[in-house]
Amino acid sequence: MHAEEKLTYETWPAEPEKSTLEAKNKFLGFWLFLGGETVLFASLFATYLSLKDKVPNTSQPLAKDLFELPLTFVATMLLLTSSLTSVYAIYHMKNFAFKKMMVWLGLTALLGFGFLGLEVYEFNHYVHLGHKFTSSAFGSAFYTLVGFHGAHVAFGLAWCLSLMFRNAKRGLNLYNAPKFYVFSLYWHFIDVVWVFIFTVVYLMGMVG
Amino acid sequence: MANQQLNSGNPRVDLEYRRRKSAEEMRYQVISFALMIFLTLVAFAAVAAKGFTAWFTIPFIVLLAAVQVVFQLFYFMHMSHKGHEAPTLFLFSGLFVGLVMIWAFSTIIWW
Amino acid sequence: MSTYAQKKGFGATLWDFLTTVDHKKIAILYLIAGGFFFLIGGIEAVFIRIQLAVPNNDFVSAGAFNEIITMHGTTMIFLAAMPLVFAFMNAVMPLQIGARDVAFPYVNALGFWLFFFGGIFLNLSWFLGGAPDAGWTSYASLAIHSKGHGVDFYVLGLQISGLGTLIGGINFLVTIINMRAPGMTYMRMPLFTWTTFVTSALILFAFPPLTVGLVLMMFDRLFGANFFEVAQGGNTVIWEHLFWIFGHPEVYILILPAFGIFSEIFAMFSRKRLFGYSSMVFATVLIGFLGFMVWAHHMFTTGLGPVANAIFAVATMAIGVPTGIKIFNWLFTMWGGSVKFTTPMHYAFAFIPTFVMGGVTGIMLASAAADYQYHDTYFVVAHFHYVIVGGVVLALLAGTHLYWPKMFGTMLNETMGKITFWTFFIGFHMTFFIQHFLGLWGMPRRVFTYLPGQGFETSNMISSIGAAFMSVGVIVLLINIIVTSVKNVRVGNDPWGDGRTLEWSIPSPPPFYNFKQLPLVRGLDAYWIEKMEGKKEMTPAEPLGDIHMPNSSFLPFTTSLGLFIAAFGAMYHVDDKGWALPVLFIGLLVTFGSMLLRSVKDDHGFHIHKEELMNEDDNKGVKA
Repeated sequence: MHAEEKLTYETWPAEPEKSTLEAKNKFLGFWLFLGGETVLFASLFATYLSLKDKVPNTSQPLAKDLFELPLTFVATMLLLTSSLTSVYAIYHMKNFAFKKMMVWLGLTALLGFGFLGLEVYEFNHYVHLGHKFTSSAFGSAFYTLVGFHGAHVAFGLAWCLSLMFRNAKRGLNLYNAPKFYVFSLYWHFIDVVWVFIFTVVYLMGMVG
Repeated sequence: MANQQLNSGNPRVDLEYRRRKSAEEMRYQVISFALMIFLTLVAFAAVAAKGFTAWFTIPFIVLLAAVQVVFQLFYFMHMSHKGHEAPTLFLFSGLFVGLVMIWAFSTIIWW
Repeated sequence: MSTYAQKKGFGATLWDFLTTVDHKKIAILYLIAGGFFFLIGGIEAVFIRIQLAVPNNDFVSAGAFNEIITMHGTTMIFLAAMPLVFAFMNAVMPLQIGARDVAFPYVNALGFWLFFFGGIFLNLSWFLGGAPDAGWTSYASLAIHSKGHGVDFYVLGLQISGLGTLIGGINFLVTIINMRAPGMTYMRMPLFTWTTFVTSALILFAFPPLTVGLVLMMFDRLFGANFFEVAQGGNTVIWEHLFWIFGHPEVYILILPAFGIFSEIFAMFSRKRLFGYSSMVFATVLIGFLGFMVWAHHMFTTGLGPVANAIFAVATMAIGVPTGIKIFNWLFTMWGGSVKFTTPMHYAFAFIPTFVMGGVTGIMLASAAADYQYHDTYFVVAHFHYVIVGGVVLALLAGTHLYWPKMFGTMLNETMGKITFWTFFIGFHMTFFIQHFLGLWGMPRRVFTYLPGQGFETSNMISSIGAAFMSVGVIVLLINIIVTSVKNVRVGNDPWGDGRTLEWSIPSPPPFYNFKQLPLVRGLDAYWIEKMEGKKEMTPAEPLGDIHMPNSSFLPFTTSLGLFIAAFGAMYHVDDKGWALPVLFIGLLVTFGSMLLRSVKDDHGFHIHKEELMNEDDNKGVKA
């Protein structure tokens, strides 16, 4: 099957993300990249855990003084839901329903923007409480770990939007289907990382 | 070519079969989403309820996170499907390296 | 598309190399760039040996000595050994598995240019206010207090080239998993392909910790973070861990491909199937696995405590087992074989005792209690030069001679090759054997001079003379390369006459599509099997058909260039220079712009048509 071939609902393959050699390579290569990302985030988590609450003097806030359940909860719900919407997008991609896929992708991006907005608000809030990137090792480690995740979300949004704009007029083919699929893998991975962030950073931070 | 494994010789039947199959899968996805939300609620509730000791809460919420991630990986990211042998191997190898690192950092950084 | 055989001018050739995505040309780029940095690192080594030749020497100042040792180590590991290993992986691995290219040709080119710009950035430090001077390990307790921009060059340069290595590793993994020719099962892959596979997996998991370590160091030095600032709650041991979690697998990333090259050489020139192939594969994977479990043996004297030291000491010693398996397999491959002493075989033969010596001192160093005595002395220097020069560099020199005809279509001169071998080999042992004793006598490493009357004079002089021999060997190799290229005697498919694997079944250098028809692999040493049945070439696995090829692109170059520019901005930002932030953003814009352009511009590649391939056949006589 050629990547440029015009396909119809009837001829669309069951696994469009893996139906050409290029697609198979992209699929596998991206999974391997996620394997590497796992180690990257593990390094950041390890660093955070060893520098948690390491502040130069007692006037600076610790994890249990900073984090609040409601904000984290809303952020978590936004990102978890965006994971589901991207599952819907891929479901429609597999059914060759381009319009529906785009709608769900748009929803995913919207939820992602919501999450990012909350994160910006949250960081700003902490800075006002005296918890800064430069004020302590704890601050550096916190903003680096959570910020790396936030940067991944921001990159994912740019990726999602450029995919949507680029392919808005031409519909699905075997050249862009793997791209949408790989994007959804990336988005789920961001969610996986967030599950550990809200557990390890926020919830464990509040427990003490 | 790509629908070899589902080929019955009749394209209409194949298509119908595939549609049903992915609709059914989508239902499972929604169920796993509901479970993930539930696990998240339990984790937040465990922290919100001040009654438990940290010795219970921390292992408990980490366990919930692990279960939730399994849902993400195996259902949302389709790792339960076949053709994911190499991804599984490499993802779990990465996880192993990462866990060794976290274990080391939590024992021999400060002493 | 039928223009590929025409003769090109210099400009066109340059443009061709700047935009190429062909793994064979990228291999040549890696070879040239890696060779260049190898020479720079070699000159730095010579400076070190001149400085240490006599006591109280003032050939270089103490500060300059720190810069030279730092840059020698960093250059040799990251900018010479790694890219040279990548050169052979690129040149040979796709041919060995019967593939037409790597999985991601574009990413392959991007990986090269990232490495190249990272390396150039790092070396520009010599001209821009001083090189990094905190040692190649750049321990945070030293590095965050190092004056000037030296360490910033280290951090940013390695970050850029490290990204290139990481994507290169992913590329090789996917190539090996997805693109093997029909019949090429995992357990029929040549050992060099196997080591490439395991090495790439190590790269995938080892480079992210380095990336994080470098990011933390960058944040500390350039953006006011406090990861390693003890007064602010930081901890410098974090850097040591992150660096060695990367650093230990890194030495296996270097040595495993060396094992692969030697395995090919032993089988070829003993004209015998590699002894214990499956145990070799097993040992390779096991070394890769254990490689992640031993990093703290570099930190025994940090004070991790007896329990941690004991665990890591035992794990380290365990690595001796799979390595020993390999040594015996190589010996048994030669046993009863009809050994032909070509230049590559000289290197392979010399490698065994040399590497075993490095391994034995490795076991000595692995004993945590004894390590307190060896730590930071020349004993350690001797040890790691025995494994890295005696293992990796010998393999790279052997590989250069072995694969030169496959990469360039002409054989290096064998006599000069043997001269290189003997001068280099003698020089090597002269330089480093005595350093074991210098270390045991108490000479500390990384100190710029020593006093007379401590018993170090003669030994250091011997060591420096050895370095001169090694330099002569390298110079002879360079002359050899020039003479051979000028003469340019063309060779056929299998110039050594003993080729066993697929790369020797196709022309030297191979056509840009590698295999006109994908070969059918019927067992280990696929080409040898066919030769033993009296056939001249491989049985094709497919009818002659159109071949799909990727397009060239200039974007890998610009993507990397952007990061190179951005690095200057990030670095000078701390000096409150007004232009620094704009430069940072322009650089990032160039990089992300190139990425965006790549992503929105469809690249379907092109097809070589069946008819053109058939014409190729008819014209063969005319062109050669």
